[in-house]
Amino acid sequence: MTSTDDTFRSLVQPSRVHRWLYTDPAIFEAEMERIFGSAWIYVGHESQVRKPGDYVRTFIGRKPVVLVRDTEGEVRVIHNQCAHRGSLVVANDKGNTDEFQCCYHGWTYHLDGRLKAVPLQHGYASDFDPNNPKTAMVSAARVKSYRGFVFASEAADGPSLEEFLGYMTTSLDDMIDRAPDGEIEVAGGTFKHAYEANWKLYLENLCDAAHPLFTHRSSIDAAQQQSDAVYSDGSGEIAIRQMRQNGAPYNFWESQVGIWTYPNGHSYLGDYHDDAKLVAALKDPVFRDYIAAMEKKRGKAETRRVLEVRRWNSNIYPNLSFMSGFQQLRVVHPIAVDRTVVQTYNFRLKGAPERMFRNTISFANTVNGTGSLVLTDDLEIYNRIGMGLSSEGAEWIEIGRGLKSDAPDAHGGRRGKNSTSEVYIRNMFDAWLHYMADGCAAMRAAS
Amino acid sequence: MARKPKRPPRSPAIRARRPIARRSRSTPPTPGLDLHRCEQFLIHEARLLDEGKFDDWLALFTPDAWYWVPSEPDQPDPHQTVSLIYDDRRLLETRVRRLASPRMYSQEPRSRTSRIVGNVTIETNDRNACTVRSKFMMIEYRREQQRIFGGTALHRLVQSHGRVMIAWKRVDLVNCDAPLDGITIPF
Repeated sequence: MTSTDDTFRSLVQPSRVHRWLYTDPAIFEAEMERIFGSAWIYVGHESQVRKPGDYVRTFIGRKPVVLVRDTEGEVRVIHNQCAHRGSLVVANDKGNTDEFQCCYHGWTYHLDGRLKAVPLQHGYASDFDPNNPKTAMVSAARVKSYRGFVFASEAADGPSLEEFLGYMTTSLDDMIDRAPDGEIEVAGGTFKHAYEANWKLYLENLCDAAHPLFTHRSSIDAAQQQSDAVYSDGSGEIAIRQMRQNGAPYNFWESQVGIWTYPNGHSYLGDYHDDAKLVAALKDPVFRDYIAAMEKKRGKAETRRVLEVRRWNSNIYPNLSFMSGFQQLRVVHPIAVDRTVVQTYNFRLKGAPERMFRNTISFANTVNGTGSLVLTDDLEIYNRIGMGLSSEGAEWIEIGRGLKSDAPDAHGGRRGKNSTSEVYIRNMFDAWLHYMADGCAAMRAAS
Repeated sequence: MARKPKRPPRSPAIRARRPIARRSRSTPPTPGLDLHRCEQFLIHEARLLDEGKFDDWLALFTPDAWYWVPSEPDQPDPHQTVSLIYDDRRLLETRVRRLASPRMYSQEPRSRTSRIVGNVTIETNDRNACTVRSKFMMIEYRREQQRIFGGTALHRLVQSHGRVMIAWKRVDLVNCDAPLDGITIPF
């Protein structure tokens, strides 16, 4: 198909979208340029690059980049590509270094990406200037942190990170505010789970409260039938509680859980656990210790305020999803129109009892684990949607559930009537259109 | 990083080991856990898994066993770092029960697997308990796609009343930190 702005507009309607958005390679290419090439993309957390020279390898869309702390202590995001012959410069996933050196002809770069040394420099043309920014590992146009969460934008102009995040900063705040010392750090390894379908399906599933009862039926049943008398070292107990909670009946999702959406495609689902059901139970000794640590460092009133914030998954479009209650974070990496890898992270709450992090790990194994009893059925759904949408026939797919009951939210967003509304998908496609056709088209025309 | 894995307390099966003197004279003594018996046990276990006899597989584990597939090479601990699978006995039972569910959509259609177990060595050995190291390869076929897994398994085998059981099992995949499609069949 031809990727024109008008075509993109014709593929998104108020309550349905065309299947091509999930299957067409040309649309995928345009998304990489127009969405991942301009939006604020989550790159990593500052705790992953604590000291000067610390770096991690990651991607903005498909573009390989390095998140690095330079000698001045500044966090940088630079293109992981040698300016000479285009080779990937940094091959290790993470590490610490004084400089980056290409293994092909030895071009060497400062930590901020500027060229440092070129062997055989006399052989290049007389106007060769090692200070020309084009001979660098080029920095992302804009790099900005929000309280340690590092985002990069490939667009030199556009909304600031704060404008882009809007009210969703309150979800990021909730990640951090839950730490008694007011600081969190990435810890405990990562999962990289893959599926053969479009990247958009991932965020579309994470606030979907209407699917667990069907998709996760096997783990719900298996967990409900499990005897609690059988030995657990604590990790299985957390997993099984979470699986049982997925079996909450529809009337629970429709009466007690909400969904909120905000400009630029962001959204969050209200927490669907009451404190008696998960490990955050007041009778749980670890959680009691945690509350004591919070009250000691932050005072009773602030502790109560923090613990009353109840959010399940928060999604920051287009590539970030996190869950503040159990310190989980996932980053979506589009590989191809029909291939996606999601990399997941955990955070340690500084000042919290050590056992809290053990619970975080058990929870990660359940909700993010490649071998999880829950996630594997989500991956199956993505794969089946990929297979289903790849054929002609039904050209449109529905995103209209709850359309007529969308209501404005006090903070400039709109909320669904309850958690089973698909308002958050409609909201993501509003942002999709903005990047693919409207706002960014105007920006391209101006440049 | 060279911390020893934290492990749950040893199985009651080990603690309850009977002194030899109390064994009745009329029955022959149970043979110790030698290499041949360990190897036969691992082959038997692989066969149960390949044939989808997951309940029988579960029955091989002691009441406080754990089953672990780390997400990192040389991962020291299942509680401080995420794992592809880390099941205590309670979760392992839930996992096996789910495998029997007709609504386990990630197993619709079912996988077929074929495993080869080899290079079996005994790392540490008491008469009735030993740690066995082996190499494995597993081919998994499902829905027109075939995957190959390979790696090292460590089994803690204990013998109680003449029966060999798994007190813990650790499976290190060579590609444990790769991007992986969902894992549903135990290794």
